[in-house]
Amino acid sequence: MSFTGQSATGPEESSTAAAATPGGGLLRQAVVVGGNRIPFARTGGAYTKSSNQDMLTAALDGLIARFGLADERIGEVAAGAVLKHSRDFNLTREAVLGSALSAETPAYDLQQACATGLETVLGLANKIKLGQIDSGIAGGVDSASDAPIAVSEGLREVLLDLNRAKTLPQRLKVLGRLRPKDLAPDAPNTGEPRTGLSMGEHQALTTAQWKITREAQDQLAYTSHRNLAAAYDAGFFDDLLTPYRGLNRDSNLRADTTLEKLATLKPVFGRNLGAEATMTAGNSTPLTDGASTVLLASEEWADAHELPKLATVVDGEAAAVDFVHGKDGLLMAPAFAVPRLLARNGLTLDDIDFFEIHEAFAGTVLSTLAAWEDEEFGRTRLGLDGALGSVDRSKLNVNGSSLAAGHPFAATGGRIVASLAKMLHERGHVDGRPARGLISICAAGGQGVVAILEAF
Amino acid sequence: MTDKYTQFVSRGIGKDVAKKLGLPQPVVLRRYQPGQALVPGPILVQGSSDGADELAAALLAWDLDVRRHAVPREKLGAIVLVLDELDHAEDLERPVLSAAASLRDLAPNARVVTVSRTPASAPGPASAAARQGIDGLLRSLAKELRAGATANGIMLADGVNTTSPSALGALRFFLSGRSAFVDGQFLTVASGEGQLPADPEKPLAGKVAVVTGAARGIGAAIARTLHRDGATVVVVDIPAAGDHLAAVANSVRGTALQLDISREDAGHRIIEHAVGRHGRLDIVIHNAGITRDKLLANMDQGRWNSVLAVNIAAQLRINDALLASRDFRDSPRIVSVASTSGIAGNRGQTNYAASKGGVIGMVRATAPLLAERHGSINAVAPGFIETEMTARIPFATREVARRLNSLQQGGQPGDVAEAIAFLASDAAGGITGEVLRVCGQNLVGA
Repeated sequence: MSFTGQSATGPEESSTAAAATPGGGLLRQAVVVGGNRIPFARTGGAYTKSSNQDMLTAALDGLIARFGLADERIGEVAAGAVLKHSRDFNLTREAVLGSALSAETPAYDLQQACATGLETVLGLANKIKLGQIDSGIAGGVDSASDAPIAVSEGLREVLLDLNRAKTLPQRLKVLGRLRPKDLAPDAPNTGEPRTGLSMGEHQALTTAQWKITREAQDQLAYTSHRNLAAAYDAGFFDDLLTPYRGLNRDSNLRADTTLEKLATLKPVFGRNLGAEATMTAGNSTPLTDGASTVLLASEEWADAHELPKLATVVDGEAAAVDFVHGKDGLLMAPAFAVPRLLARNGLTLDDIDFFEIHEAFAGTVLSTLAAWEDEEFGRTRLGLDGALGSVDRSKLNVNGSSLAAGHPFAATGGRIVASLAKMLHERGHVDGRPARGLISICAAGGQGVVAILEAF
Repeated sequence: MTDKYTQFVSRGIGKDVAKKLGLPQPVVLRRYQPGQALVPGPILVQGSSDGADELAAALLAWDLDVRRHAVPREKLGAIVLVLDELDHAEDLERPVLSAAASLRDLAPNARVVTVSRTPASAPGPASAAARQGIDGLLRSLAKELRAGATANGIMLADGVNTTSPSALGALRFFLSGRSAFVDGQFLTVASGEGQLPADPEKPLAGKVAVVTGAARGIGAAIARTLHRDGATVVVVDIPAAGDHLAAVANSVRGTALQLDISREDAGHRIIEHAVGRHGRLDIVIHNAGITRDKLLANMDQGRWNSVLAVNIAAQLRINDALLASRDFRDSPRIVSVASTSGIAGNRGQTNYAASKGGVIGMVRATAPLLAERHGSINAVAPGFIETEMTARIPFATREVARRLNSLQQGGQPGDVAEAIAFLASDAAGGITGEVLRVCGQNLVGA
């Protein structure tokens, strides 16, 4: 990892001035116009009977209604799901066709585990900056309730061979290979294919490594619920959310939870590590169903459609870690992506006004913060002179995050981008520069995607 | 949808059975569709005044088939009875009895419209008697007409002639299928304000309208009707109704604003959205309303306050913001949904009736405040309308309620919407501070 290639361009310039593209054209700004999501529901709850396509279509239709986009041809729609049926190969395009958008709106699916939603935002923002499209809708959806169930490998091979067999004796011979165990379905799981460990067990290793206490994790969870409940009460989500199937708020939200209640929960991960197990259902996100969308545009397109410009998408960065060999924790990639992104933009943690660090587990957020505050990690792993720095907790997830809202994998990025864009717009300027927000999302496979947004 | 009984007795064997048994015989009403003929036959204009001649000429200019004298046994689409120059109750005899001779020639769903002068400004008792006599005459005639035919009246203030924009606008409304469920009612034209539309099929072209409570029922119908008439529509409802609201917004190619109208800043948010997204704000329809029924003896503070807060306090506060705004100055229109409960009362609805009576008082008092900006404010009072809400009334009660009017059926949400769309149009500029009932001449509520 090299940190010598810092951009010579300061943040103010990079966010306001047009730069030359490799092709000689000028880079434009990509602005966040707004967003819409449906409330997130705990798996097995309100959306048990809703498919990914149903939920993504509902989230799109709410966005279309908010911004008057019925019959509009959008440059491109990009979305994805982590748990996806094979029949949903064209999930996003099918959702577009079922929505009020013009049927001439192209769409593509994208999948980068829990970073899917944020990556769709970055991809479309880049296309807007390059002038390839003028408008885009980014999004994501996931249903753990309506999860795909596959047939076993044995049955799948038999069925494929059966299809290739030409004569009756050949067919009988193929069928003869079938064994009772082949008939058991293959349910999806959130385990890492290369380690067999669940995400929670992986995080338990990291949580223990960074010596994150149970109290600190419970405090983070408590704050998340309290902040999200306050945001709902203040009407913050009135123009970010459209109800769906009788749900007006995220069903995981416990506005009345207390530290005492959280302290009574039994640990569910890391019980075999020897050290004290600290991760409970209260400080880990539950499986959740939901969908989110974000409307992105060039300044010109937003102006021509008399639409608001909340924030600009400044820059993004992806990282991955070698969790397989235990070098870093599964969900620690953002710890590396953020320093690289800040350096490229000539920024430090002190230049950020809002931190949106996805709460996969309270331990994930706290391990990441601990790593950034750690001198040795800074020197040996980030190649810095010392620790990266501290995050002012009063700027962290101020309107709640995944511990309270829930986490429908691919939908989390869109939730965060739309909320942050609104917060930045409301804040306006800080010390004479646009308010600035940092998004950090960890993902399965040891990956992470991070981004910077600025108030428009 | 017309109710099943009305469908059954409208044709074939059902019609014969109902007639023999003396059962109510509602018909399927002629409701407006774009491209539809204004009336189902020639229009007979009766009256010998200059105003009658001018009105007949104006109707001819609309390419309508106009008669000044009845042709025996010719089916008529409408009779327009112009009585704008009566000095004495005795003057009623000739024109009224002459019109009477043609009543049997009215086609199904035909119209009778009187055009007369307001009693309040009459020069003397005799003339006031004549003018007020028309009120009783018209309301009685409306109860005598059958087969979907209705009778309504236009009252002109002194100095307003029969061909002023709003006199013609109101006449067109009453003649058309837009007024299908308006019966036995009067509209007063107070001034020569207003303007007839360039395209009668798009009377709201270029206008930006806000409809509150638009997620379902009457509000959704208002949004669709305003959109059909050419307006760009902003639909508003509480955040919890956002999914239904989104569907309405997308169906009318408008925008959805999730907003609780009882919030302190609701008026500001409405103006900001309309002007920010659509560049202007011309029309506000106060439709949002709630019921929390309870006999007054059992009434609690929560039920009383929530109904008053949403149904009247919110409208007053939003109107204050509109009146203070520089963006609501170009011939603006406000139309509020009142209720026949607010006029005639309804058992179990003291809170609701107080709020709806309040709406009527507010509308009358706000009219002068809008006059200097050529604006208008009016209310529409629906009677029994077939909605999700009235569908929950027990069957027998519902069946009685929907038959107790001159048209012997419930109205549709679209009927209320049509009256609102008319009052929101430029053509209605001379009509302000009025309450128009859309109730099929309900037997209660006068």
